[in-house]
Amino acid sequence: MTDWLQHLIVMPILLPLLTAGLMLLLDERNRIVKATLNLLSTSALLAIAIALVVTADSSDHAGGVTVYLLGNWPPPIAIVLVLDRLAALMLLVTSILALCALLFSLARWHAAGPHFHPLFQLLLMGVNGAFLTGDLFNLFVFFEVMLAASYGLALHGSGRVRVRASLHYIAFNLATAMLFLIGVSMIYGVTGTLNMAHLATRIPLVEPESRVLLEIGAAVLGIAFLVKAGMWPLSFWLPTTYAAACAPVAAMFAILSKVGIYVLLRLWLLLFGTEAGASAFLGSHWLLAGGLMTVLFGSVGALASQDLRRLAGFSILVSSGTLLSVMAIGREGVTSGALFYLVSSTLALGAFFLLIELLERDRDPGADILAVTIEAFGLSEMDEPEEEQEVGVVIPATMALLGVSFVACALIIAGLPPLSGFIAKFAILTAMFNLGDAARVPLEVWLLLIMIVGSGIAALIAVTRAGIRTFWTPFELTVPRIGVIEMLPVAMLLLACLAMTIQAGPIMRYMRATATTLHAPHGYVNDVLTASPLEAGSAIGQGRTAP
Amino acid sequence: MELLVAIAIAALSGSGIWLLLRPRTYQVIIGLSLLSYAVNIFIFSMGRLRVGAPPLVEPGVVPDPSQFADPVPQALVLTAIVISFAMTALFLVVLLASRGLTGTDHVDGREPEE
Repeated sequence: MTDWLQHLIVMPILLPLLTAGLMLLLDERNRIVKATLNLLSTSALLAIAIALVVTADSSDHAGGVTVYLLGNWPPPIAIVLVLDRLAALMLLVTSILALCALLFSLARWHAAGPHFHPLFQLLLMGVNGAFLTGDLFNLFVFFEVMLAASYGLALHGSGRVRVRASLHYIAFNLATAMLFLIGVSMIYGVTGTLNMAHLATRIPLVEPESRVLLEIGAAVLGIAFLVKAGMWPLSFWLPTTYAAACAPVAAMFAILSKVGIYVLLRLWLLLFGTEAGASAFLGSHWLLAGGLMTVLFGSVGALASQDLRRLAGFSILVSSGTLLSVMAIGREGVTSGALFYLVSSTLALGAFFLLIELLERDRDPGADILAVTIEAFGLSEMDEPEEEQEVGVVIPATMALLGVSFVACALIIAGLPPLSGFIAKFAILTAMFNLGDAARVPLEVWLLLIMIVGSGIAALIAVTRAGIRTFWTPFELTVPRIGVIEMLPVAMLLLACLAMTIQAGPIMRYMRATATTLHAPHGYVNDVLTASPLEAGSAIGQGRTAP
Repeated sequence: MELLVAIAIAALSGSGIWLLLRPRTYQVIIGLSLLSYAVNIFIFSMGRLRVGAPPLVEPGVVPDPSQFADPVPQALVLTAIVISFAMTALFLVVLLASRGLTGTDHVDGREPEE
């Protein structure tokens, strides 16, 4: 590997940090310069993420892991950045979503308040850092960076509703940060290390009398991530906050709940996987039950939503719940299907949040609140069309495009053929029924089957009803005036899902390779712990890839 | 010493959680601050409580780990303090904005109906 390429790992953290710093120096009125910088940095991040995916996929040794030693200290002492297939995949999803959300915001939202662009970059820094870090405490720091930026972005555009929702969001997440710290310090107190790979080697050796403390610590830590992922009953803040945030921010928030899922997947399989001795698969029943309850709560919420944004918020919960409960099975094939589902649902929900904003733009704000009530009581709706001056080129056949996008979103979220949502759910279900002896299928699998199919139907009903109300029933249809730059990101996200459908073979192969390494963490552990620092003499190099 | 620290953590986190569950924003922020103090002391105690043991190794001497306090939790506490301080400041701003926009200091932005 060439010299500069090994430093590429640290770029997803450094680039947004430097860009944000630079933007803070500029005057707030230089919005065009800031937007350009943001666009450049986000596009560069996408390119870097693609390069990293290729790097991670082409390394053919056991763990498939590239290690970067910050400060050139030897591994258990150094804070490490670790790039494997999972981290690279998440980086790629983040950067695709970020680019689309940013493009969308350029049409109008970025001007709705100060410091949108620096906050956006800092959010990216936090998210990327959380994906790359191989150290528990560093994970906390990146989580806080990510959350701090997300508080600012949730408040972007201000107004009563946003401030009220953010107040709950911030209080809840600050309390969660305390749980995070308690969990991390308890784990440190028992094992004496914070390096994830090092922890994985220490945990099987923990004495029985300390094991209780370790498991309590891990459980407290797990709660912190479950709050982020939105597991019932820790998720009451989520639909309100996501519905209140402005559209591009809400689309970015779709990845935030997946950060929680990512960390759970990584830490649970690494620390409490098959090699953890007495603590193997700690809490898998809780994950399964919590996931199922989340799906139930999310589906009921989605059916009861009077407002498209809340519907999207509850769909996020359904997606998280599905992932959590499927993860709890803890088998390789199932995990690879879950990863496919994760990517497809994140992109689709991102597109859905953007699309909703376009649909609701020219509608009477009160209409949504009444939507379901109107149906229940057979009242007729009164539309008051409003003329609004828009910037940018107005595309023809707007309604047709919006309608097609809406149908595509609905198909992916509900998991119907022919789009990627179906392939994801199909992969999960097939893997679950092929677990072992075909004669006896365990109870969990039946539960999960009912859950996946049931949540699909619920999502279909909820989204279709919303679609009928938006596209068919209005007596006098007001066509929203939408610029190309706003339609483009939605189309890009949906095309990405379409590409996932067409290229499902190679992508599933990648997911399978990811799941294999996740379920056999000794390769990861070896690679991280045997990474050696560079010799003192060698020029600028501060890091080194594993042999 | 252990008892004293344990009681301190218990008192701080107990009052912190009680205040966190109160309906006024000012109580919530004080509750969060108390809670973060409790957590900071807890992190500190996870490195084992030692009296009169330095966390720093003298250069040139081969260190005997049993003679030193664990420096890692101290570094963690420092980071945690900085982060929680920043977050408290940020929360304070949101709290004031909420007070200004809704005209009440209730966490739900409106007075409960009696």
